[in-house]
Amino acid sequence: MAKKSFDVQVIAKLCKACGICVSLCPKNVFDRAADGKAVVSRPEECIGCVSCELHCPDFCVEVMEKEAE
Amino acid sequence: MAKVRLVQGNEACALGALKAGASFYAGYPITPSTEIAEHMAEMMPACGARFVQMEDEIASIGAVIGAAATGAKAFTATSGPGFSLMQELVGYAALTEVPCVIVDVQRMGPSTGLPTLSSQGDIQQARWGSHGDHSVIAIAPSSVMETYYQTIKAFNLAEKYRTPVVFLLDEEIGHLRERFEVDPDEAVEIIDRKQPTCAPEEYLPYENVEDGVPAMAKFGQGYRYHITGLTHNEKGFYSSALPVVDTFNRRLLGKIEDHVDEIFESEEFFTDDCDVLLIAYGSVARSAQEAMEELREQGLKVGLFRPITIWPIHEEKIKALCAGKKAVIVPEMNMAQYAREVRRIVPSETPVIPLSRVDSELIIPEEVAELVKEVLK
Amino acid sequence: MKPAYQKYFRDNLPHIWCAGCGNGIVMSAWARAVDELGLDKNNMIGVSGIGCSSRITGYLDLHTLHTAHGRALPFATGAKMARPDMDVFVFSGDGDCSAIGGNHFIHACRRNINMTLIVINNNIYGMTGGQFSPLTPFGKKATTAPYGSIDRSFNLCDLAIGAGASFVARGDIFHAKQLTDLIKAGYQHKGFSVIEVIAACPISYGRRNGIPNPADMMQYIKEHTVMKAAAEKMSAEELADKHIIGVLQEINEAPEYCESYAALCERVQGGTK
Repeated sequence: MAKKSFDVQVIAKLCKACGICVSLCPKNVFDRAADGKAVVSRPEECIGCVSCELHCPDFCVEVMEKEAE
Repeated sequence: MAKVRLVQGNEACALGALKAGASFYAGYPITPSTEIAEHMAEMMPACGARFVQMEDEIASIGAVIGAAATGAKAFTATSGPGFSLMQELVGYAALTEVPCVIVDVQRMGPSTGLPTLSSQGDIQQARWGSHGDHSVIAIAPSSVMETYYQTIKAFNLAEKYRTPVVFLLDEEIGHLRERFEVDPDEAVEIIDRKQPTCAPEEYLPYENVEDGVPAMAKFGQGYRYHITGLTHNEKGFYSSALPVVDTFNRRLLGKIEDHVDEIFESEEFFTDDCDVLLIAYGSVARSAQEAMEELREQGLKVGLFRPITIWPIHEEKIKALCAGKKAVIVPEMNMAQYAREVRRIVPSETPVIPLSRVDSELIIPEEVAELVKEVLK
Repeated sequence: MKPAYQKYFRDNLPHIWCAGCGNGIVMSAWARAVDELGLDKNNMIGVSGIGCSSRITGYLDLHTLHTAHGRALPFATGAKMARPDMDVFVFSGDGDCSAIGGNHFIHACRRNINMTLIVINNNIYGMTGGQFSPLTPFGKKATTAPYGSIDRSFNLCDLAIGAGASFVARGDIFHAKQLTDLIKAGYQHKGFSVIEVIAACPISYGRRNGIPNPADMMQYIKEHTVMKAAAEKMSAEELADKHIIGVLQEINEAPEYCESYAALCERVQGGTK
């Protein structure tokens, strides 16, 4: 079975740069931009735990499973 | 068929509420209003209406507003101390424009005062008890029968104008038992709040409509909207934008004050043909009327103006009635709370004389008559 | 496309809450719960009081009542009694619920009306800038306790249990998935459900108490919460600064008030008093 892969998105206009997703991500998918907001740097590392999505206070992180190619 | 029986004012209020379609009551026991709660507890289950005894008066009016938001005709009954506790939420109901009725059976205050004795001390509190500018409607009946019919009117006005209505009984009327002859099946006018007809997504619960009273959807009918005690825009959401706040506050006052002709009700006796005009309301109006009748038999030209609607006050009417009188006497069981309004309205050449009693004794006809004679001397 | 749970939100984001505020996490946990339960927006009423957490109703696409400070439960009581067929959710904060609304809280627990109360406990009055609440732990700092609070705090869940609440649970914003499950369980319980949520206020509480960073605050909550089953094996000393999370009370036999009232009506209408 092929390894699942995920799309991770941060809606920048809603992000308040709290850093919670960055710190909770077990796979270090995110970095912080100069303004502190989360940016998705390594989406290929995502294991789909959705910890970022569940803990985002601003509803701006979304994790979607990619359809198998 | 009307059956004649002796009924207490508080019971008449309870019967009037049911006739008006009251489907929710929340209250907390307090003398001298408790009989209303007792009657509601007994009568409401029989017609499927909801009764709940809450933990205090703040909770009571909170529950009333919550029920009213879902569409219920809701009310509570209390007396001075409880009415004081309710004030924040009376303002909430005014600002959020949720119809409800608050019965205040007035007793001697301030504070615990004299719980079992009568007073008219909450006249100004009914108008200004809650902080900020807002309008309110208040009614003070003078008899048991009138209590019944005016209770129905209180609910109708609450619905029509989306406002809290304060029903100001005094202990005397609340506990008075007198002839009550009402056909329970009598057809009376019942007013329900205006409902929106637009699509839910276009609904503006606080729309600046011409008559000042926007339609109010009931919860659970597809119009999902927000009710907040924050100053809000037409959609109902918080706004501090200057024109929004100004328009909103002016509409809130205007929707009542601009309709004073429709809201105001009073009774007049010889007001055109009198030298001295008595202005009295509630239980005191009965003494004033008797004094007037006796004095007229003696040939003295005395008239009586009895406002049934206490707020809004009909300034034009009072000004016109008082014009050219030798004196206006305002007997009331407080320190001139209504008299100060009359004084404010009437030109200074007409003397406005308060007759105040705050020793818990009723004002009797002889006292009124004596003062009239002294004035006419 | 928006995630499914966001259909319960109004279209007025971003919200007013500060960066790292726990309120948004609770809001999404709630929305996921009602989405999983398949609840109908047209049949739901959201009620709140005053405070940061109480602003939640402004963002929920339901029939919403943002009431006065401490008074959400009385309003909800009236709404639910008038419309027992509708689902009522009440959102409150530690100050709103346990201080100014404390009396309503214990009586709602006692009365047992079928509705769900979510109390977001961030240990502080956030809206007014960081004063201590009845749930601020002893010794912690606030603007009105600049030298550390000397007020003893309530244990809100113990208070609810003592007052007879038929469902009491505690969750927290770190265990967000569990929080959704607790909200679902609270909703499914017939009777009054209390769900306390240990949440973060990094700005007004964290900054004054050495945890200004939202991520650190999250870590702090993780380290200071213990699942009920694990707590049963721990000593009082070990549990001293911990919050026990999970379902703490569930009584299914307690009469639900609206049902009792309906039965009373039937009795009266049937002529037997």
